[in-house]
Amino acid sequence: MSLKIVVLAKQVPDTRNVGKDAMTEEGTVNRAALPAIFNPEDLNALEMALRIKDTVGDAEICVLTMGPSRAAEIIRDSLYRGADCGYVISDRKVAGSDTLATSYTISQGVKKLGKVDLVLAGRQAIDGDTAQVGPQVAEKLNIPQITYAEEVLSVDKDKICIKRRLERGVEVVESKYPCLVTVHGSAAECRFPIAKRVMKYKNALSEAEAAEAGKDCAKVWAERPYLKIGQWSAADINAEDSRLGLSGSPTKVKKIENVVLAAKESVNVENTDEGLDALVKELISSHIIG
Amino acid sequence: MGNFFTDNDSLRFHLHNDLMKEIIRLKERDYADKDKYDFAPENYEDAIDSYERVLGIVGEITADVLAQNAEEVDKQGPSIVDNAIVYAEGTQKNHKALADAGLYGMSLPRQYGGLNFSYVPYVMAAEIVSRGDCGFANIWGLQDCAETIYEFASDEIKDEFLPRINKGATCSMDLTEPDAGSDLQAVRLKATFDEENNCWRLNGVKRFITNGDADIKLVLARSEEGTTDGRGLSYFVYDRKHKAVTVRRIENKLGIKGSPTAELVFNNAPAQLVGERKLGLIKYVMSLMNGARLGVGAQSVGLAEAAYREALKYAHEREQFGKPIANFPQVYEMLGNMRAKTDAIRTILYETARCVDMYKSLDAISRERKLEAEERTTLKTYSRLADALTPMLKLFASEYANQIAYDCIQIHGGSGFMKDYACERFYRDARILTIYEGTSQLQVVAAIRGVISGAYASRIKEYEAVEVKDELKELRNKLISLRERYEKSFEKVKEWGTSSEAFDFNSRRLVEMAGYLVMANLLVNDANKEEAFTKSARIMTAMAECEIEKAACYIDNFKPEMIEDFKL
Repeated sequence: MSLKIVVLAKQVPDTRNVGKDAMTEEGTVNRAALPAIFNPEDLNALEMALRIKDTVGDAEICVLTMGPSRAAEIIRDSLYRGADCGYVISDRKVAGSDTLATSYTISQGVKKLGKVDLVLAGRQAIDGDTAQVGPQVAEKLNIPQITYAEEVLSVDKDKICIKRRLERGVEVVESKYPCLVTVHGSAAECRFPIAKRVMKYKNALSEAEAAEAGKDCAKVWAERPYLKIGQWSAADINAEDSRLGLSGSPTKVKKIENVVLAAKESVNVENTDEGLDALVKELISSHIIG
Repeated sequence: MGNFFTDNDSLRFHLHNDLMKEIIRLKERDYADKDKYDFAPENYEDAIDSYERVLGIVGEITADVLAQNAEEVDKQGPSIVDNAIVYAEGTQKNHKALADAGLYGMSLPRQYGGLNFSYVPYVMAAEIVSRGDCGFANIWGLQDCAETIYEFASDEIKDEFLPRINKGATCSMDLTEPDAGSDLQAVRLKATFDEENNCWRLNGVKRFITNGDADIKLVLARSEEGTTDGRGLSYFVYDRKHKAVTVRRIENKLGIKGSPTAELVFNNAPAQLVGERKLGLIKYVMSLMNGARLGVGAQSVGLAEAAYREALKYAHEREQFGKPIANFPQVYEMLGNMRAKTDAIRTILYETARCVDMYKSLDAISRERKLEAEERTTLKTYSRLADALTPMLKLFASEYANQIAYDCIQIHGGSGFMKDYACERFYRDARILTIYEGTSQLQVVAAIRGVISGAYASRIKEYEAVEVKDELKELRNKLISLRERYEKSFEKVKEWGTSSEAFDFNSRRLVEMAGYLVMANLLVNDANKEEAFTKSARIMTAMAECEIEKAACYIDNFKPEMIEDFKL
């Protein structure tokens, strides 16, 4: 059995350890102040892919991401941990994408990879928290989807069996290939980078990174092709410009509000339906939830 | 989310020592592997970059896995199930994380699956691992056994055992027995040649064996019937797959509880001879022992770092009389001394590791081709220096680790006496460091040779010859006059004869005087390159002065008849 697995990954600002300057005065994320990291649940997805490969032996894991040239960092990180190859979709045209435009772009990238058996992705990214891109990619590829995956129970030559982590319990489901799986944060943590692979792949670069660093990599790439990280433009993935980036994104941000928690004293809420009702209403009216 | 490599600038400082260029060139045979292995370095910069990256992985795993599991591992400890030792769950996870990341066999050549790292980064990894879990450092550190197999065993044995190390096979060195502890010449475990099966058979008992149920065991045994001393001992390798060793018990220890210490019974266990007969103790174990002592040095520095950091953090958090206790002179003096001692034992650790690197690489090259005259001189110089520095390192590092762990509890006050804080574990774990791989007293026996031969004095003079910045000149001059004081004391003790009881009685004093001079001089030279070490250099020089004066005063007043008062 030979499986082709694609892992969808995203480089995100580390919103887990935010300091005072995490937001700009305009209320947008201050990306310069936050370190760029591998989206945590995408790492869970990569681990799931690596475990499937450990089980079946013959599998190829390809990591696909979209973003500026520095997003190649997470491809390198994936190579360190055991992925076989990776591609960055990088193009000015995809900047400002919402989930619809992103899932279109990503699905075009997956199509470009040819016959694929499994697409794994993190449930959601910590910058947007939408959890929409995975399912939308499945729809655009017209393949079944299994969301909230926690563990692969078995991998057969024609189907995969997965345990889903749901709010009030677990559910075990099966799907034929190809299918898309979004992986929950409760799944196994990703393994650490592997010493020999780090030494082997540390100089892997995409074309854009090489250009930015002013390096001529033609000779190195000819001798050691594994050191070239794949890079695709919108044209490479046969995308229609009108469906990309801002023009392909119906979502428009109307207004961003900074929630400033100014209260210093605590409030006692009566442990009654009325008390809780009043609390929820207050939280909604002050835009803390809603 | 921590990283015990990147959060410690001292490590990077020692990794970038000037001698590293030559060390790596020798280890890499002028970068001969670069086209043969896709992970081999092309040049010095490439190699150092790889060292840093790999140490970064060690630092990450240590902070995120080992240090997190340490408390539970200490509580749970290993157990015996069906005559096999089962590690505590946390230990199993630690081992798997490091094995999966390919961090076993770090110094082994690439042809055997290793990373071919020089000793300095390997020892650094040992320090980092020890900071996370001092006991686990034994299980990880016993990959040292691979080095002995690589150096002395036949090609067949190398091919059979070495490729398993990087995949996570565990090792043990089975030396001690109920009646053979410090005195290994008394080993009795019997090795007889089995003509029929063309292998050796081991029979007898081994005791206090760290990681006793390991996959690959190096066993010291008596192969020459009728002999009673070290010349009748040979070295053997045993494979766990034969299932011919019974684990009789696991010791219940004061510290390093996650590291199983076992009593073993060898029942006609098949084994292969490593190297030549009769050289087991006098050559191979001595070589292994030096490596193990360097390992305990690294373990001590790692534990000292952990205890110092724990104390520093607590002293700044804990408030009494309206301010953090770190603001009280009696407390900050302790903290400053802990930091200076940690810096001191770290600088002698890497100084020793560099010497070992230089001579081990040249020694390995000498087995591939004839060395040039100049190379032979270099080999000899560094080999002697490593022999002199190793026991001094083991002595000071292990004693200081204990003092620092002690002070760590003291700074925590009553809380430190409770099981709720890590410091009580550090204190218990530290206690073995001055005992195993040769007690402090035996380190003195080994180190005194460096006093007598003048090896320490001449090395100290080399440190003194380094030109330092003006602000460090006062320290340097102070240390020069202290070295003269040390030499005078030695001359006085020597008058009773170097093989006299009076000399033996004063030997620890002399070794320690030399040790203070080595460490303080190294720190002054470190401070000359990196300002961050200046405070420690000043503290250590002041400490050296007091300690050397104290020892010199004792020797000045010493009369051989005083010894009788101590004989009880």
